[in-house]
Amino acid sequence: MLARRVIPCLDVTGGRVVKGVNFVGLRDAGDPVEVARRYDQQGADELAFLDITASSDGRATLLSMVEAVAAQVFIPLTVGGGVRSVADVRVLLNAGADKASINTAAVQNPAFVAEAAGRFGSQCIVVAIDARRVPDSPPQAPRWEVYTHGGRKATGLDALEWGERMQASGAGEILLTSMDRDGTREGFDLELVRAFSDRLSIPVIASGGVGSVQHMVDGVTEGHADAVLAASIFHYGEHTVGDVKRALAAAGVEVRL
Amino acid sequence: MTIAVVDYGMGNLRSVARALEHVAGGVPVVVTDSPEQVEAAERVVFPGQGAMPDCMRELDARGLREAVVRAASRRPFLGICIGLQMLFERSEEGNTPGLAVLPGEVIRFPEPAMRDASGQRLKVPHMGWNEVHQAVAHPLWQGIADGSRFYFVHSYFPQPADPALVAAFAHYPFAFCCAVARENLFAVQFHPEKSHDAGLRLLANFVAWDPAAGSQPAA
Repeated sequence: MLARRVIPCLDVTGGRVVKGVNFVGLRDAGDPVEVARRYDQQGADELAFLDITASSDGRATLLSMVEAVAAQVFIPLTVGGGVRSVADVRVLLNAGADKASINTAAVQNPAFVAEAAGRFGSQCIVVAIDARRVPDSPPQAPRWEVYTHGGRKATGLDALEWGERMQASGAGEILLTSMDRDGTREGFDLELVRAFSDRLSIPVIASGGVGSVQHMVDGVTEGHADAVLAASIFHYGEHTVGDVKRALAAAGVEVRL
Repeated sequence: MTIAVVDYGMGNLRSVARALEHVAGGVPVVVTDSPEQVEAAERVVFPGQGAMPDCMRELDARGLREAVVRAASRRPFLGICIGLQMLFERSEEGNTPGLAVLPGEVIRFPEPAMRDASGQRLKVPHMGWNEVHQAVAHPLWQGIADGSRFYFVHSYFPQPADPALVAAFAHYPFAFCCAVARENLFAVQFHPEKSHDAGLRLLANFVAWDPAAGSQPAA
């Protein structure tokens, strides 16, 4: 049967991997190609690269990095950060990305997702949703709001409704990040992950808050996520992808070992 | 002595070409939309991504249909993903006629059947790493353990009219055909170019494959 996926996430800027933005500032975590190869050897099912500054002059650096990784690592690569047009998607795919992750631009122009999916196929269009709990929503029926611009800008959109809309627009999967948990190492917002995974018919990647191997397991067993993503637990040799997979297997979850 | 990757303007063929170059040992890999180059190639890889109606339309728009059909009947030929689906007579996706190189149809994962043993809903597209169970001995499976995982991403799968065509199957949640083989033709629903060691081995096996030598794998 199909294995649940474990996806290391590499936040990159200026051609380097850096530690998550919301957690004690930026800290260098290595050369992207070396880091990608290490995770590939550990059994990563996919890799995600998020260009966290996404400045126009950093674009050429990002593309050459994607090319270098794609020439050596033969697993799916998702690249995101500043993807605003069909031309941006094409350039990323040509550089060696398999999927482009779209976030802010989807909110600014919802037709963009349908256009990109129509052009390149749903399989390579990931819609990233940064969701924050609505503070006064009832605990028994919580609601989440979509944020853009790296989690800084509220949109007024209900996250679940937005996810359904993106699914209908042709998104191939959803990369769902809890802004409340991102960088906290307290674990996924499992209610958020489960609400999305159970509601949507496309795969949901859980992201934001992982501080331990058990959090990754919880994302699948309690959050029903199709894939679990983490950054910092992998970057400093704290845990390997193999550690996560062995823990998932021990919990009865199908994995690729 | 070239390997042609057929380019009809759909999806990302670079990763297929990159993976082939990685295993081809210096044999030139050309990504081409020229029927003449496809005709001239020693081996042909026919990939595909996106929706089948668009793929068929773009194939015809470039005048590649004849060259692809001829290659599929004569030279070592590897179909990948939509490139497999297009070989059949018809797809449910947009009710699209295919190239009819192989008898059978391509159908969508049926919504009511998509539950796992515990009743949880299974997502479509079928996306991720699944076990590939080899149905026949074949040179392209050489050195690849039965049940190895390959990377899939698709919502439709083939139903060959002739069960003898089935080279492998996978489960989601029922058994479905994920590879077909006939003479000089091999086609897979999964993406060998994104399937790590097992995928690279399959591509290397394709580069070395001599269909005239018979279908018995070497010792």
